[in-house]
Amino acid sequence: MVNAKPLVSIISAGMSKFGKHDGLLTRELFAIAAAEAFSRCPKLQPKQDIKAMFIGHMGEAYEHQGHTGSTLADWAGLAGIPATRTEAACGSSGVALRSGIYAVLSGLADMVIVGGVEKMTHRTTAEVTEYLAMASDYPFEQFHGITFPGLFALMANAHMHAYGTTEEQIGMVAVKNHYHGSLNPKAHMQKEITLQNVMGSKYVAWPLKLYDCSLITDGASCIIITKPELAKKYTDQPVHIVGTGQASDTIGLYERKTLTSLQSTKLAAKTAYEMAGVTPDQINLAEVHDCFTFAEIMHYEDLGFCKEGEGGKLVERGETRLGGHIPVNTSGGLKSKGHPVGATGTAQAYEMYLQLTDQAEKRQVKDAQIGLTQNIGGSGATAAVHIYRRDQ
Amino acid sequence: MSTVEPFTIEQFYKFLQQGKLMASKCQKCGKIHLPPRPLCDNCYSQQFSWIQVSGKGKLVTYTIINVAPAQFQALAPYAVGIVELENGQKIPGMIQDIAREQLKIGMALTLDFGTCSAPQQWPAWPRYCFKP
Repeated sequence: MVNAKPLVSIISAGMSKFGKHDGLLTRELFAIAAAEAFSRCPKLQPKQDIKAMFIGHMGEAYEHQGHTGSTLADWAGLAGIPATRTEAACGSSGVALRSGIYAVLSGLADMVIVGGVEKMTHRTTAEVTEYLAMASDYPFEQFHGITFPGLFALMANAHMHAYGTTEEQIGMVAVKNHYHGSLNPKAHMQKEITLQNVMGSKYVAWPLKLYDCSLITDGASCIIITKPELAKKYTDQPVHIVGTGQASDTIGLYERKTLTSLQSTKLAAKTAYEMAGVTPDQINLAEVHDCFTFAEIMHYEDLGFCKEGEGGKLVERGETRLGGHIPVNTSGGLKSKGHPVGATGTAQAYEMYLQLTDQAEKRQVKDAQIGLTQNIGGSGATAAVHIYRRDQ
Repeated sequence: MSTVEPFTIEQFYKFLQQGKLMASKCQKCGKIHLPPRPLCDNCYSQQFSWIQVSGKGKLVTYTIINVAPAQFQALAPYAVGIVELENGQKIPGMIQDIAREQLKIGMALTLDFGTCSAPQQWPAWPRYCFKP
């Protein structure tokens, strides 16, 4: 039994359904997530108890709307509290969570709402592609026509060359995550797919195909964190965060020493594991950043779930599927649940909250004690890793 | 004393337009920066000198972009890769004049300086590429 000391405790969580939300603005989507978090915790008096907000949001371009920290506090009925937006591309709300932990541990705010949101589907695919690409290096990557899938394809090809990882193994991540997503009523795509579907889909950036890519999705998520000693005042079933790590790397993929792993993930994970006093073999389930299927394979290795180069075999053996020894992305992941970029980090925390309070229904991991989330920004210039423990 | 060109990305591309691949060398710790940086990320020195480097290198990894951003759609599908130059620096770019099935990790490629296609807009940089 791991009994790591809590840094902060989660007392509630909320998430909009992920999918296509025609006619809703970012602020309205976020209000849906906040409303769920408030109603799950009847003892919470939001205006009185919540002292600060940290919010992950990547793009002003989608709605011609910047200044989203205060906007979202306003529309969540929390105007008055300090509201701060954190931006780290697809890692924006993993970083918001980390920032919220700083705030609670500093003693400046006893209770903090952290969350994220993105509204994307009202824009054309070309526009979304352009907005997302802004998270990569401009002068040497974007300027030379290298897209986001392209960056992960460059890593995938290097990994295939170095370790013999196959396109089929990469595709198996999509099959697994769609199976998990089929069990999640809030997932964007709730249907299973076959390996033939993946292998038969069109190339976006070889070796990555359409079914290797996460979805363009609308969605919002949030969690409410407080000091561990206050948590039981609000709920009988808190979830404790016992480790946090965040790290950075060069913005240009080309300047990194290796292309087959992310140093940012490794550094953030090392910090989080040491803080929690746990080792990778003690993790019962994880939500990792499968923006592209290949990335999930690389994350297994960087988080220590298997040896370097063996991530493809881990998914092939079914070990990361529900029922396997370390289920990964039980929510469906970015691939099937969807990837409203700013919302992804705290949506991972939302899944961990459900799993570690036995509320994950059809996709519940039995007896899960310790969970991990890993959220990255761009091609890995940002990584945030958090470790969670069930209340005992 | 002659003025030294600033150690900027803008200047890196200006040199490319003149047919020169230039890197900066830190005068304190000796680290070579390609592209140049105004602050050495190793020793924090701001003293550099320009050095010319060879455009020959080998392909470290590549992909074929099928779904391209709007401004590159006319070129798609096109190959891009990361090339390790002879001096050990890595640089990404498009790979041209080669059939898809001939692309191989480890193959020799050479930088082609390219031209600046839209000098009136920012950024007025030449779009170099790699060729066999």
